[in-house]
Order: sequence, then structure tokens, then C-alpha cells
Amino acid sequence: MSPTISCSSVYKIFGNNAQTLLSESGGNVDAKKFQEAGCIVGVNNASFDVNQGEMLVVMGLSGSGKSTLLRCISRLTDATSGKILIDGEDICLMNSKQLIELRREKMGMVFQNFALLPHKTVLENIAFPLQVKGVTTENSIHKALEMVELVGLKGRENYFPRELSGGQQQRVGIARSLAVEPDIWFLDEPFSALDPLIRKEMQDEFLRLQSVLNKTIMFVTHDFDEALRLADRIAIMKDGIIEQLDKPDNIVLNPATDYVRKFTEDVPREKVLKIESIMDASDPNASGEIAVKKDDIIETVAEKILNSKDTIKVVDEKNSVVGSINPSKVIKVLFGE
Amino acid sequence: MNKNYLDIIRSSKPAQFGILLIIFLFLYHFIPQNEGNYFWRLPSLLAFIPIKLNEIIYAALYEWFPLKVYDPIFEMYEEKAAFREFTKSISKGLLFLITFVRELLLGGDKIIDIFVSDAWLKENDWMSWPALPWTAATVGAFLLGYQLGGFRLALLGGIGSLYVSIFGNWVPSIQTLSFVLITTPICFVLGLSFGIWGYLDKKVETALQPVLNVMQTMPQFAYLVPIIALFGLGDHAGSIATIVIATPPMIRNTILGLKRISPEVVEAGLMSGCTKRQLLFKVLIPTARRDILNGVNTVIMQCLAMVVIASFVGAKGLGLNLKVALNSLKIGKAAEAGFCIVLIAVILDRFTKAWANKQVDYFENLTFFERYKLLIIFGTSILIFSVVAFIANGYFDKINYLYVIPIEKGLTFAHYIDAAVDWVWDTFFYSLNSFNKFLLTQVLGPMKKAYLGMPVAATLTLTMGIAYIIGGIRTCLLVGGMMLFIAMSKYWDRALITMYMATFAVIMASLNGIIVGSIFAQTQRGSKFILSVCDFFETFPSFVYLIPVIFLFNITDTSVLIAAIVYATVPATRYTVWGLNSVPTSLHEAGTMSGVSRMQRWTNIEIPLAFPTIMLGVNQTVVFTLQMVILGALIGTEDLGQLIFGALSRAQDGPGVAITLGLFVSLMAISVDVIVRKWAEERKKALGLD
Repeated sequence: MSPTISCSSVYKIFGNNAQTLLSESGGNVDAKKFQEAGCIVGVNNASFDVNQGEMLVVMGLSGSGKSTLLRCISRLTDATSGKILIDGEDICLMNSKQLIELRREKMGMVFQNFALLPHKTVLENIAFPLQVKGVTTENSIHKALEMVELVGLKGRENYFPRELSGGQQQRVGIARSLAVEPDIWFLDEPFSALDPLIRKEMQDEFLRLQSVLNKTIMFVTHDFDEALRLADRIAIMKDGIIEQLDKPDNIVLNPATDYVRKFTEDVPREKVLKIESIMDASDPNASGEIAVKKDDIIETVAEKILNSKDTIKVVDEKNSVVGSINPSKVIKVLFGE
Repeated sequence: MNKNYLDIIRSSKPAQFGILLIIFLFLYHFIPQNEGNYFWRLPSLLAFIPIKLNEIIYAALYEWFPLKVYDPIFEMYEEKAAFREFTKSISKGLLFLITFVRELLLGGDKIIDIFVSDAWLKENDWMSWPALPWTAATVGAFLLGYQLGGFRLALLGGIGSLYVSIFGNWVPSIQTLSFVLITTPICFVLGLSFGIWGYLDKKVETALQPVLNVMQTMPQFAYLVPIIALFGLGDHAGSIATIVIATPPMIRNTILGLKRISPEVVEAGLMSGCTKRQLLFKVLIPTARRDILNGVNTVIMQCLAMVVIASFVGAKGLGLNLKVALNSLKIGKAAEAGFCIVLIAVILDRFTKAWANKQVDYFENLTFFERYKLLIIFGTSILIFSVVAFIANGYFDKINYLYVIPIEKGLTFAHYIDAAVDWVWDTFFYSLNSFNKFLLTQVLGPMKKAYLGMPVAATLTLTMGIAYIIGGIRTCLLVGGMMLFIAMSKYWDRALITMYMATFAVIMASLNGIIVGSIFAQTQRGSKFILSVCDFFETFPSFVYLIPVIFLFNITDTSVLIAAIVYATVPATRYTVWGLNSVPTSLHEAGTMSGVSRMQRWTNIEIPLAFPTIMLGVNQTVVFTLQMVILGALIGTEDLGQLIFGALSRAQDGPGVAITLGLFVSLMAISVDVIVRKWAEERKKALGLD
């Protein structure tokens, strides 16, 4: 199956003569040289795919180009060069009519500062994408009411954005982005403007929604913990370059560059790593009373493993034994060498 | 050693200013004051400008693009210039609209006359639209106020309308109101369209900026003569003058409001799949709603500020009454009309502000009667009062007081004011007179002489030097170019007089504003109070300030200057309060913990940090002062304003002269603006404020 989103050699360079400079460089963009020429490099040679139903989290500090990358893929800004395929179609070549059509049918986006329309109520905000599409008021409001229920805002349909807390406003933003039932869901630092406690709650809510909806997602964040919690795969960006793109546990175990290592150093391994990564697969017939799944996060089963005196077997989704686990390995992960 | 001195001069601005001052004084003293010396006065190389302008205007009106137009009266085709036909149709359209609203409220048959023949109308003299009784209008004002802002606004509207009616100003007030009701929507549409255009197209915005700068600093008088030439005399001419003056702030507000929309909201609109049109009308304009409606408020205030000036080109209403009263030195009558204008301004100001902040409640579940309750009451009251007034026609033999109370029959407090003025005159004549004389002979006279004795080379060196020290070579050339433009006309002496008056008023007003603002800004409550006082004074149309001063100081420079000082103190105070309030609390606390006294805190912390903002206030003061100084021509001064005013009565070469002179005043204001803005920006950067 072909990927839902596919980027190859995407560049975004801000500045007047970006195009000529880029073609002169032949794809080897040096940010410093470009800066001297009056250009700022936003995205530098990004190539990756996002598959149907997958959640890719783009993580980077401010100025790393993560939001710019997202905006190139939604074509809120035009990429300077490169190919961006959505379901096999290059959106860089679309005219504005096709683009509007694509956004109305396939895309939804959530913004950092919510970006709700201040003159519309919760219900009207959520119904807005449907109404610009030409859905009747009755149908759009009906659909909006469904979305209100989905994001848990029942009873606040008639509030104005300014009357809601940050968390509630972002629920409206989420409901609005989902109203047209898009296949692709863009989220630009959706929880960064929220308090830590609310943020945690919204992340849980988000995971719940995703388990129901199973969208193809690009999620931008500057918070490495958030990325680890949510992602199927993480892309770490710095100065426009994707430093590493991999599954969370692989990034923690094998950081590709020193920059990535800085993030992973302080991450508690047991919260990220799965049993699979420390199990002993050489013993596929291990016996024992107690079993843990290979996809379990170490932290969640550590107590169970350490309290047991028997050998512990590791099973896969189908409950067939795939290996065993040695408590000393768990201790090593928990307390270091 | 030598290098050392140069370094000091390069790095120290006070040293640079010192050297500039020395050069200036040197030039001032050693350039001989005789005609023909180009260092003393430049030759008027640009004297052709007003003449050329006139030629262009008249050529446009009578020669360019001739069209064959059918004349139904003479039943023949005539050659007429296309432009003239264009301005004529604008005039006709506007006049129709104003008359329409006027008759709707005051009754009459002029509108009906347009649709039927004169003869038919004479035969059927019952055919006349009935006037709206003032009683019903008062109920209407009360209900509208209630709908917009509850009981307080209802009282304001009701009592205001009652006052206007009982004191016999109903007819002129409605004339003025109809003028506002037609002019405001036109300004709104024009301002919104240009604002949107400027927002969408960066090039248009860059082109609009200087045009708006000139338009907003041109004295209002300067527009009148060209407007008479192009559109003739009448209510429509007043309306056009007002449109020219009130549209720029609407454009500014629209651009400002649209620019303030967070880019995320625009992106959210795009990602929702909006087309360009949907984005504009469903996202951008509604989101900028508040700024746009504030623009409408400014437009209405400008309309009312223009009523007196518009009366010079034939607009009827309160403005005309005030002008006539002022001309015949009837202070009480003038004060009454002025009070009515202020009252209408305050009511409309509060009403539109309440409207701007009102949110629609979509989900009230109301029955038809509940929803339209107020409208029904209003309709019923119109019906009842009209019937009663109609029946009363038989009871009153000449004037039906239930329709309208004419000005001679209304209550009046004019004689009290006249008496008060007389009393002040009798009691304080000597002190007022000697103060006036002292100011004129000891301060203003010498100052004026000093300004007029300034060789043009010295003036240019001084202004360009200041511009160079503060803003660098580009600012210097810009300011120099503008000043040179004035200096090469034959109006330089008059311009110097305007400058002297403006300088005096700006210094006084700034001092007043900074002192008053500083005192009140010490506490939060004080700040709030003084800002609301400023709000109140800002609703006063500018010429209202002239009424009391004429009576105290007669027709002299003193009157105009005092009016200008009072008028311009408002922005100076406002910006001082804003500036002082914007000083971060942490700095106050740091100061307090360092053990500063209140005075030390003011001089060492508050004033330096607030200074950039205060300077922007001074900037406003300059614009306000120039407007008032030019307006002073209304009562007789001898500066540029007087010449602009004089151009009113010279139809032939008037338009060109008025535009040129207006442009001069505008250039002076812009010169100051360029320098002050640059300086404030740099100070802000140096202080690390935004």
C-alpha cells in the first residue's frame, strides 16, 4: 500500500533569491552560507513517508523548522522545492481550486493557540468547515453536535471561545478539525499553550480519540516526553534537518547524533522501552507461571517481574511464547549499570 | 587630542545639538535681512504651483473628455466635460439621500416632488410626508439606548433627545443628524474597501500611507474651496468634505484590525477550505469587527467635528446656527448650539461603542413579541403620538408644539450665559485685558518677531540639522525637501507665523499634559478618571473650544492659542498617562526597594521609561495644535489659515491656493512627525521596550 503522505527532498528557504541559491547549491544546503546571502533555511532536505493510520510526531525546539515542515505539507506555505504527495498526488502542483477541495475533504488541522473565530459560538466554530463547504445549516449543526459530544463539551455549545478555558478551547479546535471527517490530521503544538495538568489530560483524551478514529497524523511538538508518549514514530529536527526518524524506543536506545542524545539522556528508559528490547529470545520454550507481553512498557510490569521467583516468559499478541526475561536486565534498566 | 574631540562629538548627541545651535545663532545674526539675499529669503520659484493646480481643476471641469449630453429643457445636445458630469451626478445623488432622510424625519414634499410634477403637487397640497413628532423620536432614542446598553444609555438617549426638542433645536439637530446618517455609511464603505485592499496588497498599503498622512494632517479648511469648485454649494458639499476627512481614519482602523488577526486564525480559515471570498467575509472581517467598529465611531466623531466647517460650503443644521451666532458674537446662542453638538456627539459615541461591544445571542428562545418588543413599542408610540399631534392641529392655531418646538419658542439658557459672560467681563476686564496685553506684548509679540527675523538659511540648517542628528541622512533630506518646498513659495512668512503659534501652543500643551498626566497617573483610580475626562473632551468638536476664549480674550492670537493649548493638552495628557502606566510594576518595586522617594521615582524611573510614549503624544499635540491654529482663521489671525480662509471667497484662483497652503501645513506636521517618530522608536529600542 502506498503511503498517505510522502515527502521527498523538501526544501523551504525564506528570502528573495531562495530559488536560485537553492538550484546553485545542488541540494547541499549550508544554513550559514544561506544566512550570509540573506536567506533563512526553514526545512532542509526532508524525505519521509507517513503510512495510513500512523502517527508521526515531529519534534524540535523553536526555530527548528518543524512547524514550517507541517505548513509545507498542508501547503499553507509553498515549499521551495521537492515533492509532497498526498495519496499519490503532488500537492505542490495543485491549483487553488484543487487545494480547497483537498482541504475540505481530506485534511483537518489543530493550532497551538486554538485559532477559533471569536465571533462564533462553540457550535458555529465546529460547523464552520462544513458550512464553507456548502452543507446546510441544519446538517452542519447536527454534525457539530456530534463532534461536541465526541470531545466532551456537551452543555457548552452556545459559549463563545472567550468564555472557555484553554483546554476547552482546544477541544473546540479539535472538534472543528474533525468535523469534515478528514483522513489526514495535522496538529501544530496543540497542547503547548496548556497547563501541565491539563496537557496530560488532553494527551490521554487524544490517544482515546485516535484509538477510535485511526487517522493518519502529523503531530508537531517541542516536548520530547509528549513525543515519546504519543508517537508511532518520531522525527527529530534541528536547523531544518531531520536528525533522526525512528520508533521511540529505538531513538532512546540508539540516538543517531549527539543532538538527539541530549534529549534521550534524561529519559527514564523504563518508561519508553518495551519488554521486547531486553528479553532473551534465545529461549523460545521458556516455561513459568507468569507471563508478560513483549509490547508491554517495562515500567508497567517491572514490579510483577521483580517480585517473582520463577522464570518469566514473554508472549506475543497471540499468547505464544517468544522468549524469557531476566530480572537483572530490568534492574539494569531501572537503576543503571 | 584632536581625534578625541571628534570622538566626543560623534558619540554625544547633546554635543551635536550644541554645535548645531551655535551654527544656527551664527547664521541668525550674520545673515543680512534684505530682499534679494537668497540666504535671507528664497525666491518664490514654486509660485506657479497654485496657478497650475487651478488650471488643471478648471480644465478637468470644462475642457477634458467632452461628452454630448442631452438637455431635456432646451431639447438639444450640449458639449460637457465628462468629469463635470461625474461630479454633478455625485452631488445629485448625495443631495437626494440627505434630503430623503431629512424629510423622513421632518416631513415635507421635496422628495415627492421629484417623482411627480410641480403642478400636480400644488393641486394636491395634502400630499406631504408627515413629520415625526419629537415625542415619538424621544421614545425611540430611549428604546434604542435600552436595546444597546441597558437603562443608563436609555436615559442618556431619552434625556438628550428631550433636551434637544424642548430647547428648540429639534430641526437643526435632525438636519445635522441626517447629514451624519448619510455620510457615515459612505465613509464606512469607502474606508473598509480601501482598508481591505491595503491589507491584501502590500504595494497598495505602501502607496496609501503617505496619502493618508497628508489627508489626516491637511487643515479641514483647505478642502473647502476645491470642493465648492468641483461640487458647488450645499449639504452635499459639506458631506463630501466630511467624507474626505473622515475616511482616512476608517482606512487606518480597518488595516490595523485586519493586521492584528493572528496568522493562525487565517490558517484555520484556509484549512477549513475557505475560498478567498469566504476567508474575507467569514473570517477576516468578522474577526477584526471590533477595530472596524471603532473606526465607525471615529468617523461619526469626525462628522460632528466637521459640521461647523461644512456649514461654510452650505451644510444646514447646528453647525450653521453656531457659525451665524459666532459671527454676530452671540455667545449664549453659540454655546447652546455647541452644547447640542456635543450632546449628539456624546450620545452617538456611547451608542456606537455599546453596539461595537454587543454580542449576539443566537440561542435565546423568544416568541415573536418578546423578540420585537421594543420595535413594537416604538411603532405604537409613533402611531399614537402622530395621531395625537395630528388631532392637535386643530387646537394650536399657528405652531403645533407636538410636532416641533421652533427655536424662538424653545426654552433657552442663552441669556444666562450672556449674563455670565458680561459679569466676567465687568469683573475681570482689567485683569483679563492686562494678561492679554502682557502675553501679546511681552511673549507672543517678541516671539513672532524672532521667528519672522529668522533667515531661511538658518531655519533650514536648524530643522535639517535636528533631523540629521536624530534620524540620519534620509530623514534629513526628507524633512529638508519638505521645508524647502514651503520656503520656495511666496507664503514663507505666513508659514513662519503659523510655526510660531504652533511652537508656543505645543510647548505649553505638552507641559500641561505631562504635568497633569503625571499627577493623575500616580494612582490607578486617578489614571482611570483622567482618561475618561480625556475621552469626554475628545468628543468635543474642535471649534467648540473657540467659543469661550473669544469672549475672554477677544479676537487676538491669545484666543486662538489658548484654544489650541486646551485642545492639544488632551492628547498630551492621554499619552503621558499611557506611558507612565506602561512602566513595568517590577521596576516600580525595584525602585521602591532601592529606597527612592516619590519624586526620585518620577524623575529617574517613570519619566525616562515613559518618554517615548510621551513623545508620541507630543506628536499628536502638533497635529491638534496646527488644526486649531488654522481653524483660528475663523475668528481672524494672520497666518496660513487666514489665507486658506480667504481663498474661500475667491472662486477663480481659490482652489489651487487652498490646496497648496493646506499641503504646506500638512508638510510641517509631517516633518515633525517623521523626526519625533524616529526618535521615539530609537529610544524604545534603546530601552528595550517592545
